[in-house]
Amino acid sequence: MPIRWKSISAALAVAVAALGVAACSNSSDDKNEITVYNAQHESLTKEWVDAFTKETGIKVTLRQGGDTDLGNQLVAEGAASPADVFLTENSPAMALVENAGLFADLDKQTLDQVPAQFRPSTGKWTGIAARSTVFVYNKDKVAADQLPASLLDLAQPQWKGRWGAGVSGADFQAIVAGLLALKGEDATKAWLKGMKDNATAFPNNVATMKAVNSGQPDGGVIYHYYWYRDQANTKESSNNTALHYFKNQDPGAFVSVSGGGVLKSSKKQESAQKFLAFITGKTGQEILRDGDSMEYPVASGIAANPALPPLASLQAPAVDPSKLDAKKVTALMTEAGLL
Amino acid sequence: MALRTAVVAPRVGRPGPLVTTVALLLVAATFVPLGYIVSTIFSTGLHEAAHLVFRPRVGDLLRNTTGLVVVTVPICVVLGVGLAWVVERTNVPGAAWWGPVFAAPLAVPAFVNSYGWVSVFPTMHGLSAGVVISTMSYFPLVYLPAAATLRRLDPAVEESARALGSGPVAVFARIVLPQLRLAILGGGLLIALHLLAEYGAFVMIRFDTFTTAIFEQYQSSFAGPAGSMLAGVLVLCCLVLLAVEAGARGKARYARIGSGAPRAAARVALGPSVVPVLIALAAVVVGSIGVPMWTIVRWLRIGGAKVWDLTEIGTALGQTIGLAALAAVLTTLCAFPVAWIAVRATSAFARIVEGANYITSALPGIVIALAMVTVTIRWAPPLYQTVTMVVAAYVLMFLPRALVSVRAGLAQVPIGLEEVSRSLGKSGPVTFFRVTLRLTAPAAAAAGALVFVAVATELTATLLLAPSGTRTLAMRFWSLSGELDYAAAAPYALIMIVAAIPVTYLLFTQSRKAAGL
Repeated sequence: MPIRWKSISAALAVAVAALGVAACSNSSDDKNEITVYNAQHESLTKEWVDAFTKETGIKVTLRQGGDTDLGNQLVAEGAASPADVFLTENSPAMALVENAGLFADLDKQTLDQVPAQFRPSTGKWTGIAARSTVFVYNKDKVAADQLPASLLDLAQPQWKGRWGAGVSGADFQAIVAGLLALKGEDATKAWLKGMKDNATAFPNNVATMKAVNSGQPDGGVIYHYYWYRDQANTKESSNNTALHYFKNQDPGAFVSVSGGGVLKSSKKQESAQKFLAFITGKTGQEILRDGDSMEYPVASGIAANPALPPLASLQAPAVDPSKLDAKKVTALMTEAGLL
Repeated sequence: MALRTAVVAPRVGRPGPLVTTVALLLVAATFVPLGYIVSTIFSTGLHEAAHLVFRPRVGDLLRNTTGLVVVTVPICVVLGVGLAWVVERTNVPGAAWWGPVFAAPLAVPAFVNSYGWVSVFPTMHGLSAGVVISTMSYFPLVYLPAAATLRRLDPAVEESARALGSGPVAVFARIVLPQLRLAILGGGLLIALHLLAEYGAFVMIRFDTFTTAIFEQYQSSFAGPAGSMLAGVLVLCCLVLLAVEAGARGKARYARIGSGAPRAAARVALGPSVVPVLIALAAVVVGSIGVPMWTIVRWLRIGGAKVWDLTEIGTALGQTIGLAALAAVLTTLCAFPVAWIAVRATSAFARIVEGANYITSALPGIVIALAMVTVTIRWAPPLYQTVTMVVAAYVLMFLPRALVSVRAGLAQVPIGLEEVSRSLGKSGPVTFFRVTLRLTAPAAAAAGALVFVAVATELTATLLLAPSGTRTLAMRFWSLSGELDYAAAAPYALIMIVAAIPVTYLLFTQSRKAAGL
């Protein structure tokens, strides 16, 4: 009996100590440690972080989440945010944080590394990578001459029940934001209504592609690199499919810019700025090219992975990334019954 | 007043100020999520709130969610009771072996089960898929209490009925089934609440419920009003379930009067029907354990050695064990004062404490997490994204599970022993530690173990509340399977199942020993 009592009190002591340690460890003011709210793919950011820590000795803690939830979270946290850097897959969440006045100006060195078309004119954040919208289709279900000429065609009755998209994800919402910026609110509303009638909702791009591959539905709106990634690996989820690029400055040819910014509230400006300079620098962009992410590098003159069609050949419509409105898109999608 | 307390000998069992304070704090914390939702409704404005609630999407979700509950719960009841009857009351071969096997699915988290089924049937989706997967995950919640009740029933009543000319079917329907009512209602309620709260399993098969939609809203607008309104509807659904169960339970008594001498019932000879029965039992095992295990083994084989990233797995395992252990100890400790009041004090206060506890047990983790994120960010920023906060959420979410066990343990402590200790001059706390805690140690251990497993497989609250850098087993599994990297997710699934096996076995043996329902 006394032995059991001892072990109980030992367990209690450990628990209380753990609680104390954990409570203290949160408020780290160490300049050599930054917190990144990361909505980029975890594996890509980890490659960046490992190389960055190796080069500078600065440790990086990641908080993983989606574009929109982390963006909205930063707005809710305001000046009290524990985040130093914010990385996204798309632009709308960056615009959201920028509009709330939460970003610091980026170092000139960083901005100079990125061509003007891949960053907002304000210089409050920068593009770090890019991805193109594509229509993935099942080769047995859709003949090449039946392919939609425009993204807008997918709202037409002949596509009823035949396509899908990762509706709840930020990726798809960025495409809708592009549509909104290019065609205006009424056209977007009408298109979303057609989409509610025609499309199947999937949790994300990969699930959409996998479903199209198994023939249910015939096609889907996704980003290009999921397909190239699967092709480079087992082809298990893309065997029966091909990609259709809309081109011609169509809203469906929208190229989404992944963003990075430094929070004004960060007490570690120098380390945080260093991190973004690194990502957009030669080493960071080479990691993007050589890794298995298959996203497009946008800075420091690094060309894309040779498996991809060159970025310039995609005839993307021109959209100012800081004009993409995540809030409006969520509201419109909620109104259309998609969220 | 002061004089009276001085004169009266220290009464054992009356809750002291410490116990009362802790219980009061817990009750207050219970109402934080509920209060948060109500206050959002008002701050959003009733008009806007109504606009967010009465829209077609909410209709879709309501249809999906009620459809799921209405179809799944009866199937689980029929399956659970049927299996329990076959195992306990027939001469089916290997009865001793089937018992623990039908408890084993509890070790497989529902989202791992979903992953198993989706791997085998990639096009599985919607209501039918939701029903199959949740039935295979949750039927043991009816099976366990039903089997325990069947073992304890006094066969004399059934024999009398048979002597009076009733056939076996009539005996089952009129004598056995009514006595299983508490087991069926309690198990059914638990399953229904699980169905309302489940997130991962249904996202994986593209089946939208209130919980998945709340998470979607959280992802597209953090803690916006639309998500809170959905949470409000979800809470209402839970309260409706609680009311239905309480109404159906009634006030009839089920315990036998007088001591008597219960013996084991004679087992029904199955005869030739033993073959289809065995096939049915095997089918349930294949569906509930076979499919997920086969999938995991298959992905592990495909992934080979490279999916065993030991640093990542080690970190995730360490963080999971740390959080789960902390939550288990704290939750069990918090269960003591509440259980104490429930067992020893019969007052209006005790009823409030109990009632509040029912309400928490009905709140899905996503609602609690959503409330805590918003409350801490606004009013307690230092607690935001801390271990303290996520553990507090675990305590609120899983206190009811610990309570069931601790209360049963406490009820069996003879008050006389405590009175002897007090009369020998020992103080209240000393008596508690020397007498009460020792006698309730097994119950407390069971409670802690239950909470441990619940936390180790928890997903939504952890995703929303945990400090940056936290990657638990469930989080890693979720992010990898979300990228459809099923091979890399497999080790995490396996570790979660292995960790839950001892507790599942403990639950199984406890259910056989349980003294009353």
